[in-house]
Amino acid sequence: MSSTSITPIIPAGKKPKKLITTERVVVYSVLTLCALFFLFPLYIMVITSLKDIEAIRSGNIFVPTMHPTFTAWGKAWNSACTGLYCEGIKVGFWNSVRITGPSVIVSIAVASITGYSLANWPFKFSEVFFTILLVSSFIPYVVMLYPLVLITRWLGIFSTLPAVVLVHTIFGLPILTLLFRNYFSSLPQELFKAARVDGAGYWRIFFQVYAPMSVPIFTVAVILQITGIWNDFLFGVIYAGPTNYPMTVQLNNIVNSVQGGKEYNVDMAATILTGIVPLAIYFFSGKYFVRGIAAGAVKG
Amino acid sequence: MMLIVLGVFVGGTAWTVLFSFTNIKIVPIFTPSEWINGFVGTANYDRLFHTDRWMECPALSHIGQADWQLQCRGALPNVVTYAVLSIILSISIGFLLAVFMDQKVRLEGMFRTIYLYPFALSFIVTGHVWAWILSPEYGLQGSIRQLGWTSFSFGWIADRQMVMYAIVIAGIWQGSGFVMALMLAGLRGIDDEIWKAAKIDGISTWRTYLQIVLPMMKPVMVTTFVIVSSGAVRIYDLVVAITDGGPGISSDVPTRYIYQNFSANLGQSLAASTCMLVAMAFILIPWIRMEFGKKG
Repeated sequence: MSSTSITPIIPAGKKPKKLITTERVVVYSVLTLCALFFLFPLYIMVITSLKDIEAIRSGNIFVPTMHPTFTAWGKAWNSACTGLYCEGIKVGFWNSVRITGPSVIVSIAVASITGYSLANWPFKFSEVFFTILLVSSFIPYVVMLYPLVLITRWLGIFSTLPAVVLVHTIFGLPILTLLFRNYFSSLPQELFKAARVDGAGYWRIFFQVYAPMSVPIFTVAVILQITGIWNDFLFGVIYAGPTNYPMTVQLNNIVNSVQGGKEYNVDMAATILTGIVPLAIYFFSGKYFVRGIAAGAVKG
Repeated sequence: MMLIVLGVFVGGTAWTVLFSFTNIKIVPIFTPSEWINGFVGTANYDRLFHTDRWMECPALSHIGQADWQLQCRGALPNVVTYAVLSIILSISIGFLLAVFMDQKVRLEGMFRTIYLYPFALSFIVTGHVWAWILSPEYGLQGSIRQLGWTSFSFGWIADRQMVMYAIVIAGIWQGSGFVMALMLAGLRGIDDEIWKAAKIDGISTWRTYLQIVLPMMKPVMVTTFVIVSSGAVRIYDLVVAITDGGPGISSDVPTRYIYQNFSANLGQSLAASTCMLVAMAFILIPWIRMEFGKKG
């Protein structure tokens, strides 16, 4: 993907083109128009959240208000109603933090060790195991929803935080293991052999040789998992239980709650607040994010 | 550890498939003997395909009426509509964008950031934004009418016939930037020699893209197709956020159907899940054969 791969090998002999040609104009106008289409919802979201409800009823969706106010943001965060209670989306935010944190750590820890084992300590059925993992990452979630309800109920954790963490860990495993295995296999085998000759064992090689070399892949995995788990809706609804509903679920409940009139400005403020965490990660992580989603897109 | 993973993925899938052939209700534990006692063959599938909410097709005698009435309705036809449209549209839009991006444009990084940012968002976020934009009263329709074009009509999300297309718009908005990124990577992977050869032969840039580069992109296209279609098959959050299956149940999709029937109609739910598994297999098996065929 890097632009360095297209070295401009244009031999001499042809005179440089004009700077502005019809083709250039077409290319830039198409790109700009598309960019406007992609930015449009973001613009609408922001200007709607800054209006008061009167301005929304009487005004126009395209036109920003002359008197921007952050009251809708305050209300969305602190006191918007979800149908159960009126404590705003901050409850969902903290729930999402409590779900995402452990899920990310546990799933990456387990997946990196599994990937390391598959790459360097092959066992009898490791190829079979790997193939099953690969195929598993494509199985639609719904197929395993009910069995997981039964399993978590049997473990006595259904409708609690551990249940949703467990489910995120399980569904994160195939793709993360794949990611780590491929990365560890690409490292030179000599490294592994040298470490073994020097007497390092399974864990020591992992922690002192492989892990320090693998910061980029860990970064990709962390980004992939944080955005994926933060954006999840279905698992949160099913396994977390009403007191632990993540932000996406709370947002949905706030928007759909029917107490009083519909407050579009509060809804949009809550929507922005929910989207802001993955967006921030996206803007700050750049190419790691692209690598992450390219791997994560196959997530079942 | 590995046993747990295998247990969940293989065991869970097998469990769902096996018990879709029984008349189970909500009970805490399921044992082999219950499976034998409750075995009902394909009864769940029969009932599923006779449920209007899953699939309702007009009887053959209706042929000859208006086009809309000929169309099947229900969760299954809805997801097919969504999948077909979003695959075609997002792949063609993504490819075109990638071609335009490949013209050595300035500000490429900026354009890419803009096209890709929706992909970072949750479907719930995307869904609520588009639900607001498309809402007939204060959204796009109302605002354009207010500007003077009073006959302007764009009430797709409140229209039983058009609601799936409204959802497709939101899906395209979220996903086509990602397709663009995949395609652009594919385009950049094409050997420069090809371009030089085409230039020497006097083939125009656009013809080169269409007749030389596009066929060479087949592997990228197939991968993209698998990713986009496997995502489209399990569409759920987006529908929940935009319409929650409405108006009525006209934008219901299989995942929503399955989830909502867990308590009332578990057997059918499992049967529906198995159908999705089969659909996935149809997408995956040709791809796996192609991937392994190359190596073998």
